[in-house]
Amino acid sequence: MSVLQQSHRISQDLTKRTDQAVSLDFDDIQHFLMSRPPARAARYEFLAFRSRAGGRAWLTGLIDKVGTASAVGSSALDSRWVTVGFTWNGLQTLGAAEASLATFPEEFRQGMAARAGVLGTTGANHPDHWVGGLASPNLHAIVVLFARDVAERERCRGEHERYVAQCGGVEVLSALDLEAIPPFDCAHEHFGYRDRLSQPAIEGTGVEATPGSGPPIKPGEFFLGYPDEEGPAAGLPQPEILSRNGSYLAYLKMEEHVGAFRDFLRAHGETPEEQELMAAKLMGRWRSGAPLVLAPDKDDPQLGADSQRSNDFNYAKMDPHGYGCPLGAHIRRMNPRDTAVNMNRRKMIRRGGTYGPPLPEGVPDDGIERGIAAFVGCASLVRQFEFAMNVWTNDPNFHELGNERDPIFGTQDGTFDMTIPKRPIRKKIKGLPAFTTIRGGAYFFLPGIRALRYLASLSDGVETKVIGK
Amino acid sequence: MATAATAAPTMPRERDWTKPQAMAIPKEGYFTTSQGRYGPIYPQTPACHGFTLIAKIKPGREDAIRAYGKTIEKAIADLPDALATLKLHYLRWVLFDIGKETYFMYQGIFDTDFDKYTEDAVALFTKLGLNTTFENLEGFPEDWKTNAPAFVKFVREHQCPSFLEYGEYPYVTADEIKKALKLKAAFANMLDLMQ
Repeated sequence: MSVLQQSHRISQDLTKRTDQAVSLDFDDIQHFLMSRPPARAARYEFLAFRSRAGGRAWLTGLIDKVGTASAVGSSALDSRWVTVGFTWNGLQTLGAAEASLATFPEEFRQGMAARAGVLGTTGANHPDHWVGGLASPNLHAIVVLFARDVAERERCRGEHERYVAQCGGVEVLSALDLEAIPPFDCAHEHFGYRDRLSQPAIEGTGVEATPGSGPPIKPGEFFLGYPDEEGPAAGLPQPEILSRNGSYLAYLKMEEHVGAFRDFLRAHGETPEEQELMAAKLMGRWRSGAPLVLAPDKDDPQLGADSQRSNDFNYAKMDPHGYGCPLGAHIRRMNPRDTAVNMNRRKMIRRGGTYGPPLPEGVPDDGIERGIAAFVGCASLVRQFEFAMNVWTNDPNFHELGNERDPIFGTQDGTFDMTIPKRPIRKKIKGLPAFTTIRGGAYFFLPGIRALRYLASLSDGVETKVIGK
Repeated sequence: MATAATAAPTMPRERDWTKPQAMAIPKEGYFTTSQGRYGPIYPQTPACHGFTLIAKIKPGREDAIRAYGKTIEKAIADLPDALATLKLHYLRWVLFDIGKETYFMYQGIFDTDFDKYTEDAVALFTKLGLNTTFENLEGFPEDWKTNAPAFVKFVREHQCPSFLEYGEYPYVTADEIKKALKLKAAFANMLDLMQ
């Protein structure tokens, strides 16, 4: 979820989709969770609708710019890499009927800020400290603009700025510019960890799961209206035209304290090798991407770069005590693999990128904010995203560890520990510092194209007829 | 966002397993309001987590519920790990009459906050066919398999929080007990081998 780079493999695979049991409506699903455009820059804009008509007018003119899964996934490069999502307040402001709004799940209606207790975003991570108006009830929509490079992003930015001014009734609460950080040979984030190593393969997309990732997941786990791992779609928001082919997005802006992270590595490793090992123990993978379960003692960059091997491991049989990958390491929490049940109901699609300039090695922290601004895509925020935050990220007793949270991503305030199993005696780091701070977040609904047209065409009172069947 | 309720009694925090402990619990079932994914979370007590559900059964369904005891017995005999997800210590199922009506009591003592594993529990109950029991209870949501919030709502509405819980070895988890017994067995075995 770090840099915005071309993922040739996925794009190519989407062009040779095979006929499978489930037929996904690629012309209607927004491309965002389905395929990655070859983007190295992006801009997220967070919008408030000052009037119902203004919001609808803005949406009406934007629909044709929204990239579908079929357009972005095809070999012919399509420049329409626009993505649009709405908060529950946004759907309400556009004029969705109360009866329709009530059919959306409780957690989405409340919004991410109200769920801070569930997510464990407390202390410095609490919504009281969030920036950019993300905790505000006036946050109504997000538009994500992907661009091939910074110049193209700037062109898109200018175009959208003129469009918003022309629409009237729409206000940009805040915006965030994202850029991939060098080197561009693989996706990685500011701490230097290789990223995008583990993404679920979805049944019906033709994308094959990498070895060790298990069989493809039913599309209903990510896109509303399709069978999920439990069976046929159930309990969808109404009317169906609004929910079908839609997904939920959990957005998180996470600042990365690169100076503090490097200081910590230096304090816990005398040699560069020891520091690399410490970085690997926090993550569960070497910064090259090589998993500790397969490369417990020494980095193996070739393994890290080989997607056919870098996910081909388990925990229960290969590393039950965590001598390779600590029980509380980031990747062991975010994907406990064979040490948790019903994993296919907890899978999520990650998207996003890095913001802020990279901090060169050997340079003290410059105080400039940098980090990851990422989305988690799923069909149920409470079952997938909130479960991961509540149970895997921030439960101090995960795997009976007692007083630990995710060392990279958890809410840390210097009172939690990190246990690194080791023979003969384990190593325990007391009072882990916070390497990251959540600076904002929100829940969005990412509608299909027909749903966007439905929302744009709402007129007060009409929609109740659609619902009232 | 674990905000303290006004004038809430404080929960004893000492977790010394060598010292038996009793805990009196406020009427609402919790000391402070700590929000879980599906609502307020009940506290861990010296007797671990747990719940006591009491629900009226549909008329004439007593035998069907009682018969399910045998089904569970066989399921566990065939697959001892079947209920591992629930992190249970004990289950007690009781049928009893009040006047002419029959009630079902489901009491479980377990090591996890139930809210965390709600969907896993629903999936497990579906797998084991527990619907044959629950669907005999009045008010049980018909769409429970696909509607976790409705399932949770039923559980919450029928939960009777304890007002006193006691632990002879407070806060000890089933996993810790099993580890200790394994260690004891390993030591005994080692001592035997040294003879």
